Amino acid sequence: MKRVYVNEDRCLGCHLCETYCAFANSGETDMVKAFKTGKDAVPRIRIEEGDGINFAVQCRHCADPLCVKGCIAGALSVNNGVIEINHDKCVGCYTCVLSCPYGCIVIDYKNGGRTVTKCELCTRNNAGEPACAANCINRAIVFEERGED
Amino acid sequence: MPVNFFPAEFEVVRNSDRCIKCRACERQCSNEVHIYDADFDKMLSRDNQCVDCQRCVSICPVSALKIVPNENAFRKSANYSQQLMIENYRQAGSGGVLLSSMGNPQDYPVYWDKILINASQVTNPPIDPLREPMETKVFLGKKPAGIKKNPDGSIDTHTEPYLELNMPILFSAMSYGSISKNAHESLARAATELGTYYNTGEGGLHKDFYQYGKNTIVQVASGRFGVFKDYLDTGAAIEIKMGQGAKPGIGGHLPGAKIREDVSKTRMIPMGTDAISPAPHHDIYSIEDLRQLIFSLKEATEYKKPVIVKVAAVHNVAAIASGIARSGADIIAIDGFRGGTGAAPTRIRDNVGIPIELALAAVDQRLRDEGIRNEVSIIAAGSVRSSADAVKAIALGADAVYIGTPALLALGCHLCRSCHSGKCNWGIATQRPDLVKRLNPDVGYQRLVNLVNAWNHEIKEIMGGMGINSIEALRGNRLMLRGIGLSQKELDILGILHAGE
Repeated sequence: MKRVYVNEDRCLGCHLCETYCAFANSGETDMVKAFKTGKDAVPRIRIEEGDGINFAVQCRHCADPLCVKGCIAGALSVNNGVIEINHDKCVGCYTCVLSCPYGCIVIDYKNGGRTVTKCELCTRNNAGEPACAANCINRAIVFEERGED
Repeated sequence: MPVNFFPAEFEVVRNSDRCIKCRACERQCSNEVHIYDADFDKMLSRDNQCVDCQRCVSICPVSALKIVPNENAFRKSANYSQQLMIENYRQAGSGGVLLSSMGNPQDYPVYWDKILINASQVTNPPIDPLREPMETKVFLGKKPAGIKKNPDGSIDTHTEPYLELNMPILFSAMSYGSISKNAHESLARAATELGTYYNTGEGGLHKDFYQYGKNTIVQVASGRFGVFKDYLDTGAAIEIKMGQGAKPGIGGHLPGAKIREDVSKTRMIPMGTDAISPAPHHDIYSIEDLRQLIFSLKEATEYKKPVIVKVAAVHNVAAIASGIARSGADIIAIDGFRGGTGAAPTRIRDNVGIPIELALAAVDQRLRDEGIRNEVSIIAAGSVRSSADAVKAIALGADAVYIGTPALLALGCHLCRSCHSGKCNWGIATQRPDLVKRLNPDVGYQRLVNLVNAWNHEIKEIMGGMGINSIEALRGNRLMLRGIGLSQKELDILGILHAGE
C-alpha cells in the first residue's frame, strides 16, 4: 500500500505541509478563501522540530491499528488499508489519542475539541493525492509504495 | 545609533488580502526579513535585511509576496549613480573592501548579443536533428599533427590523454566550501549521468564523491587545498588554476565561518581558519615554471590524465595562451570577466579583465597563426548563458564551454549576489546545515541533467539549421557568425563579418 513517508534529512520545518493539509481538507478550491473565511481544517499532519532535526508526523495507517481497536464509538474503521474517521460517530473520548503510539490523532480544536480528526491520505477530499507530499517544497514528504504490508 | 546614510535596497510588498499568515516566509528567510507580530496579527517585514533572493516569493503558497527595488531615489546624477553613492557610504561606515558575489553585473557590452548565427537556405539544406544523426561528442586534449607510422609500417595509434564529453558543456569549477555538499553532489551526479565533467574547484574533493571520479576534474590552485596523491589519481583530468575571470590577479578567500568540520578535512586546513589562496602560485613565475608544475602533475599521475590550465581573460591573453600551449598543457580554459565567484572584491570584479568573446577569438586566432592550435583544446568560460552563447563560442573557436552560473540557476539560485554572506537561502552557497538541507540533491541533480540536455537539444537544432551535423564542423567556423552593431575593430578581433556582408 502507498503511504506517506518523511525523510527527516530533507525536512526543512517550513510547515507548508500543514498549510496544504488544512487547505485540502477545507472543501474550498481557493486557499486564500479557505483561510480568510476560517474554513481551513485542522492540519492532520504536524511538524515536530527542534535541535536541527524536523520531521512531519501523520497517521501511519498501521496494519493492526490500536486506535481502531480502542474506539468506543465505532468511529474509526479501516477501508482498503486507510484508517478513516466518521466524525458523526466520534464522541470525543480521546481514547484513540491516548492509544496512538505515534501521536497522530489530532483533536479538532476548530469545533472545540468535540471530535478528533486524522489523516486519511486525502482519499476523502478533492486533493487527488496526499497534499502534503504533492506540495512539499524539498520532496522530503513522499507518497510511495515501500512494500511494508 | 548614528544616521544610516542609505535606505533599504529592496521593498517587500505583501498583499495582505492574500497573506494567510502561514509564516513559511518567516521560517525560510535566513536574513530574518519576515516576522509575525501577534499584536497586529500580521506579518511584518524588515526590508533593510532583504537581499532579493526570491526564496519567500517562490514558496509563498498564496502568491502574496513580491520583492521590488526600493523606489526611494537620491537626486539623479548621470555620473554618481545611487549605487555608487551607497557603496561609498558603506565603505565610510566599515572602512573595508567591498565584497560581491557572482558575475560582473555592470552595463558592459555583451558580445554574444551582438553576434548572429547563420542558417541554410536552398543551396545547402538544413538538417533535422530529430530525423538524422547529429554529433555533439567532443574530445578535449592534444590532437595529433599528422599520421605517424611505426617501424613495421603500421599506423601509430598512440594518443595523448583526453577527455570524452557527450556534449560540449562542462560544469565550471566551484569549490566545496564556496558551495554546499548537496550542491556538489548534484553536480557530480549530473555530470556522471550526462557523460560530461564537473570541477572540484580549489577546495579538494570530499571523500563521499570519490565514486564520481571518472567525471571529475580536480583542480590545483595556488592554495593547494586538499591536493594529495589520491585526489590527483581520482580525477579524470587535473586543472591548474592560474586565474579566475571574476577576479583576475587575486586569489580566493573563503571565510573561516564556512570552514566547518567536513570542509576543513577536505581542504586539509584547521577548522574556522580563513582559507586564503595566494594571488600567484608561489612556484610559478614563468611559462617554464608552469611547465614544471604541469609535468610534475603528469609524472605523479603516470601521464594518464590531461592537464588543463585555466587563466582569466586579460589584455594579453593570446600571448599567455600561446605560452601555455607550448608548456605542455593539454587544454586551456579561458575565463571571461563576467564569470561568477563566491566572493570577490567588487572593484576587481567590476573593472578587471576582458570579455570572453574577444579573448576566445584572439586566442584561437593566435594559436592558429602559430600552427599550434592542435596542441591544445580550448574551453571558454565566463558567462555562457544559453545554448546560443555556447554555439557562438564554439564557432569562435572553443572546443567546449564551462557553465557555472546556469548550473546554479538550475539549483535555484536567483543571482542575488550574496554568496559571500554564507546565508544562501537556496542551500547552495552556504555551509549552515539547516540551509544546506534545502537543496535536495535528488531534485538538484535531475534539474541539472534536464538543463544540459535541453541545451544540447538546442545546440543540435541550431547546428541543423546551419546544415552542420557535427560539433567538429562548427568549431572555429566563424563564417557561420555575423556581427551586428559592432565597429570594424571589434569585428576584426572577433574575426567575423558584419551582418549583410
